Amino acid sequence: MTSFFQNLGMNYEAAWFTATIAGILLIALPLMLAVALIIYSERKLWAAFALRRGPNVVGPFGILQSFADGLKVFLQETIIPSASNRGLFLIAPIITFTVALMAWAVIPFADGVVLSNINVGLLYILAISSLGVYGVVIAGWASNSKYPFYSAMRAAAQMISYEVSIGFILICVVLWAGTFNISGIVEDQRGHIFGVINAYAFNPLLFPIAVMFLISSMAETARAPFDLTEAESELVAGYQTEYSSMAFALFWLGEYANVLLMCALNAILFWGGYLPPVEWAPLYVVPGIIWFFAKILLMFFIFAWVKATVPRYRYDQLMRLGWKIFLPISLFWVFLVSGYLMFTGHFA
Amino acid sequence: MIQLISFYLFASIVIAAAAMVIFARNPVHSVLWLIVAFFNAAGLMVLIGAEFIAMLLVIVYVGAVAVLFLFVVMMLDIDFAELRAGFVKNVPLGILLAVVLVAELVLGIGAYQAGAVKLGTPDVGVATASAAVPNIEAIGGLLYSKYVFLFETAGLILLVAMVGAIVLTHRRSHGTRGQNISSQVQRRPEDATRNVNQPIGQGIEL
Repeated sequence: MTSFFQNLGMNYEAAWFTATIAGILLIALPLMLAVALIIYSERKLWAAFALRRGPNVVGPFGILQSFADGLKVFLQETIIPSASNRGLFLIAPIITFTVALMAWAVIPFADGVVLSNINVGLLYILAISSLGVYGVVIAGWASNSKYPFYSAMRAAAQMISYEVSIGFILICVVLWAGTFNISGIVEDQRGHIFGVINAYAFNPLLFPIAVMFLISSMAETARAPFDLTEAESELVAGYQTEYSSMAFALFWLGEYANVLLMCALNAILFWGGYLPPVEWAPLYVVPGIIWFFAKILLMFFIFAWVKATVPRYRYDQLMRLGWKIFLPISLFWVFLVSGYLMFTGHFA
Repeated sequence: MIQLISFYLFASIVIAAAAMVIFARNPVHSVLWLIVAFFNAAGLMVLIGAEFIAMLLVIVYVGAVAVLFLFVVMMLDIDFAELRAGFVKNVPLGILLAVVLVAELVLGIGAYQAGAVKLGTPDVGVATASAAVPNIEAIGGLLYSKYVFLFETAGLILLVAMVGAIVLTHRRSHGTRGQNISSQVQRRPEDATRNVNQPIGQGIEL
């Protein structure tokens, strides 16, 4: 895009600056729209699972429901509890929201369509997603209230537990791809199985960790069945209890942007990202961005499916799954994958 | 131009945040300022082309160490009056520490200007920053070839420290009953419940 602005008569630095700003807006604004629609579609899905109708009043098929909710929240009064830590109370939702948007900078939407194609893309995503916990923890502490604080404690422990196994899973993928660059990982999946199927997930050695990554990403985004940070039956609404109005809306937007990011990561790391599922020329007629969005939506359907059907884990079960099952298995898988790659001379 | 602006931006925020770590009255605020300092230090690393180190700084320190800091500090019940009461008593110790640190700083800078010290390891090469070779490959190539022995020793020391920490703190508690997950999973409805059609007016044998 830089060259496009250079053709308009700008010098390189100004063109780069304008192109970057334009790129950020081109990602962030459609993302907000996608979040609004994804909340709507998820409510429709849950309704279908529960044999209800779901939102069907505002607009055709209720498609404008999220926008009506947004407007309602926007017009509400912002309530700041007098016992809260005012500054941190207001910063917390902003942190959640900003961090959820930042990670999208390195996601390739199609071949070469990426805001920042950096060498350490995967590490960047890991770093940014590890920041996400601060929004929750700060919100829980700054509310100066009992249930939000419990929620913050749970969130901190939960995120750290599952980041460990996510780290090992990413190492397996990086070992196979030989690069931390996300576009490089996607390109390495081209024709991965017999030169035909474009996905790591069909590799028998990588399929188990693909499943583990899907489960871990549900835990990392604190989605059902791991939504202990906002368990309604125990903690009112967890860290969001004291929030109202736009601060509350920012938490929601941030949370769903994170869920979409995790779906995108699943699609990129194991299901071939923007590549068509099979290496067959007519499939390349469909642009890569369509394949990518289709994969994200498929992943999101699985997330909604799980949320609608699986009951919530107990806290000790959550910790057991993270530390006693996923950590040893993913550690063993790093051995297995690196041993296999050494044995077959993958990089020789 | 943009490098210069970013350098001064990151550097001044690091210093200001580091100062706020000390000046903030609330320890939770101190930890949060520390996180700001870490984050901007990572920005400085990116500026000198060490993107791998920058990401590691954020993942390890911001993502893990600082979360645990925050976890502990948030749970402390802090009495601010008591904190301030101890100030006068600890001033001499504080001044002593400051003097020692300043002396070390002066010594260090003096020694650096006098010329680099040759350490035990032979000068076999350094990881050079270049756009062609990614950071990770440069560091990995050096770490797993020239310094593989030192690297693995460091790993072993960390492993021993980890095992040691567990051995020292782990106590098998008596009298508590843990969860037996497999028996919970294997339990079936007919093991725990029964349907009875009880006649009216009679008690039930449990």
